[in-house]
Amino acid sequence: MQEEVTTKKEVKQLDEATILFAGDSGDGMQLTGSQFTLVTAFAHNDLATLPDFPAEIRAPAGTTYGVSGFQLHFGSINIRTPGDEVDLLVAMNPAALKVNLPRVRRGGAVMVNANAFKPHNLKLAGYGSVNPLEDGKTLAGYQVFSVEISKMTEEALSDFGLNKKVVDRSKNMFALGLALWLYSRPVEPAIEWLGQKFAKRPVIRDANIHVLKKGYHFGETTEDFIVKYEVQPAVLEPGRYRAVRGTQAIAMGLIAATAKSKLKLLYSSYPITPASDLLHELSRHKNFGVMTFQAEDEIAAIGATIGASFGGNLGVCATSGPGLALKSEGIGLAVMMELPMVIIDVQRGGPSTGLPTKTEQSDLLQSLFGRNGESPVPVIAPTTPGDCFYAAYEACCISVKYMCPVILLADGYLANGSEPWRIPHSSDLADFPVRFATKTNRIVAEKPTFLPYVRNDQTLARAWVRPGTKGLEHRLGGLEKEHETGNVSYDPENHQLMTNLRAEKVRRVAQDIAPLTVYGDCAGDVLVVGWGSTEGAIRVAVDQARKRGLRVGTVQLRYLSPLPADLGGILPEFDHFLVPELNMGQLVRLLRDRFLLPFAALNKVQGRPFRVSEIEEAIVNLSQST
Amino acid sequence: MPDARKPTLPPGFAAKPKRSRLPRGFKGAKRPPSGERRGLTRKDFTSDQDVRWCPGCGDYAILATVQRLMPQLGVQRENVVFISGIGCSSRFPYYMETYGVHSIHGRAPTLATGLKASRPELDVWIVTGDGDALSIGGNHLIHILRRNVNCQILLFNNQIYGLTKGQFSPTSELGKITKSSPYGSLALPFNPVSVALGATASFVARSADRDTRHLAAILKRAHKHNGAAMVEIYQNCNIYNDGAFFEFTEKATKPHRTIFLEHGKPMVYDGGRRAVRLDGFRPESIDLTGGAWSVSDAIVYDETSLELAGIASRMFWNDEMPRPFGVFYCERRESYESRLHAQLHHVTELHGEGDLDVLLNTGDTWEIN
Repeated sequence: MQEEVTTKKEVKQLDEATILFAGDSGDGMQLTGSQFTLVTAFAHNDLATLPDFPAEIRAPAGTTYGVSGFQLHFGSINIRTPGDEVDLLVAMNPAALKVNLPRVRRGGAVMVNANAFKPHNLKLAGYGSVNPLEDGKTLAGYQVFSVEISKMTEEALSDFGLNKKVVDRSKNMFALGLALWLYSRPVEPAIEWLGQKFAKRPVIRDANIHVLKKGYHFGETTEDFIVKYEVQPAVLEPGRYRAVRGTQAIAMGLIAATAKSKLKLLYSSYPITPASDLLHELSRHKNFGVMTFQAEDEIAAIGATIGASFGGNLGVCATSGPGLALKSEGIGLAVMMELPMVIIDVQRGGPSTGLPTKTEQSDLLQSLFGRNGESPVPVIAPTTPGDCFYAAYEACCISVKYMCPVILLADGYLANGSEPWRIPHSSDLADFPVRFATKTNRIVAEKPTFLPYVRNDQTLARAWVRPGTKGLEHRLGGLEKEHETGNVSYDPENHQLMTNLRAEKVRRVAQDIAPLTVYGDCAGDVLVVGWGSTEGAIRVAVDQARKRGLRVGTVQLRYLSPLPADLGGILPEFDHFLVPELNMGQLVRLLRDRFLLPFAALNKVQGRPFRVSEIEEAIVNLSQST
Repeated sequence: MPDARKPTLPPGFAAKPKRSRLPRGFKGAKRPPSGERRGLTRKDFTSDQDVRWCPGCGDYAILATVQRLMPQLGVQRENVVFISGIGCSSRFPYYMETYGVHSIHGRAPTLATGLKASRPELDVWIVTGDGDALSIGGNHLIHILRRNVNCQILLFNNQIYGLTKGQFSPTSELGKITKSSPYGSLALPFNPVSVALGATASFVARSADRDTRHLAAILKRAHKHNGAAMVEIYQNCNIYNDGAFFEFTEKATKPHRTIFLEHGKPMVYDGGRRAVRLDGFRPESIDLTGGAWSVSDAIVYDETSLELAGIASRMFWNDEMPRPFGVFYCERRESYESRLHAQLHHVTELHGEGDLDVLLNTGDTWEIN
């Protein structure tokens, strides 16, 4: 940034800020957002992100349904959500403005690519013949920065001899550079990243870096910006940090499980949004002995998972709601065979194909009950992108310890969202012992015999045997098993007994669940009970409600089956109970059924996480009810 | 550009398959030390479970053949896994004193793929039926064949749904009268051998329950084959479809209604009285007794020829032509699991064995004190 004439700018200190980059799905907004995220993580801010993109790969340019956005909330304070309201919207075209302006707070800033506001684009965006930049109404009350991003990008690259398409594609780097300047972020990490990404295409690399710098310098030199912002580093727990996305965290959790257990991982998957990234991630780590299998369909993926687990490996598969539905018969077989495996559901909006790229928590009941017969499985839901690592690791441990399939219930928000993550050391992780049976376990007709369904007293787990173990040959299958022998049995009493045993085994997982912690007040007006990815929004809402003088606490459930044993003891300390969920009321039914208390539901299915204000309002309203 | 049409093989793949590509540490399960090979008998492979098929079912003969064959294959009992789907034939694993899984309808190939991918040293057998393999499990069948997972697929074809008490199956002949088609079924049957060839199987054969010597010989070859070996076994359901294959299995008609394919031998049948020749691409049955044709006119069968296999497989529901039995096609091709582990091995050599703590600390990291 040398030898530039800079105008004197006022610097404003902020505790936190929320930026939303929005443009066409081909404009590279996800990339711009994730680069801003990396730079922000580098600046030691706490952060949370919300990528929000259409299901279409390249939706028609200029349309509202083709708008792709990346929201980022960062600060020097503890950041738990991607932000209720946007402080700065960067809109690369009219459609992006149209779709996202309602998310900008009154008085917030809107930076637009002025060159994109042409009649054709305005019409596509639904503005008709009115240009919102000029009508004096649409943007009244907002701070508007109309920047000729396309034009300045073209000028900057006029000497590079690049074709128009490549030039046009570089404009997101101008926006990134300008946004970095505006929030006093360092530009170097982004330059370094571009250098790596385009190492083999030096012209493209240089062009992108050039435009990035132009954007940055423009901020310094232009008269338009009289204020720039600074956000001080956040106070985080000491340690080494990195930014992590939920999918990365799950992949690392699975690899950690194999490293600690010495089991081999076979990961089977059929491509499905938003779970495919896990397949991509794990496919890169073959040097950890990770076997990945892209199956012919969802059913084949669970089948291969069962086959791998029968073979004494860690079988894992991931999918999203529609795929989980297809896997349900296979999961039932795994329940019957009592084999360890992890089924990951990265939830998305449903039913049917639903909203493939939007988040929702509506597969809870499917996970718990979506199979034929009495078919209980443990269900674990991570609460933050970083927690995905620990939840995946735990799911593996539980499945092996209790010899049963475990469902890991993540969602699109966790999978695509990122946060700074304190990196654990492998030695910090809980031990993961695995014992395969090698000896017979009963004397039958005076002969030492192996009975596959003899159970461990404490866990009710049956023994796991690696085929290839001499003398322990046995047959498993989907027909009801006779207690202990595992032979096919249609006996009425036996079916009752085995059904009870399978249910009791899952209940006993509760002995491995860490004690619940109540965040906020341990007794008082309202207890908020959440699960999974809503933790951040709920905690901030609880903080706000407490500032208003209410006595509010919250517990976030990671285990949905079995429910933690100590939950019942917390409830009597509160007058009211609120259960916010991104579905139409699923956990709330379980809680009402289990505790016979008037749990109030707060539900939303709009493809987006909760806003803090929505939960805060519900807490306040509930506390005022009689 | 030479070989322009050939895709470049990814690193770690041999351009031409070598014999055994099992990675280090995996013992070839099929060739145990000779000392251990002896001693096992049919009884050792017979489980203590009562066999529950209908009296007179063709499955008994197949089970007995397999149990008798196992000691001859030189396999360790504990290394053998039988995997089945759902249907009468799929009860098979319960009767074998080996490892086994009686899985869900149509999905046996998926379990077998997961098992073989992760445990290539095991000897995996799939037992399936015409409904299981070709209807509900059709997708998995074609993909396990395409991938060439090293296993044996025993497809018991009785042209009927037995366990659900007699509905037409995907191999039932057009117009079949059954409980679910009292006025006749409406679709043409699948020809399992043609399906397998179409799915790029590397080994395809046909045999029958009533010819146990032939069946044993074919199964032995299937077992020896490195890759997915599909054997269609005509099997009589004496309850719901009795006599479906009698034309090909009974003394009176078998000689002139069947032909046994043998690699390198002329396609002669009916005790040397008839043969099959090619008229262009069309097979034709010729009479060798009239003086007009001689053995030298007959096709010399070549089981490595996909073209001949296609022609032989299409000798199907044709009164003029005998029904072929034996090995239709056999090709040496690297198995899926062998490629999978070669790739793991290659990537590990390239990047070194993974270190968890290095992975956790990948990318930009920063320290907070």
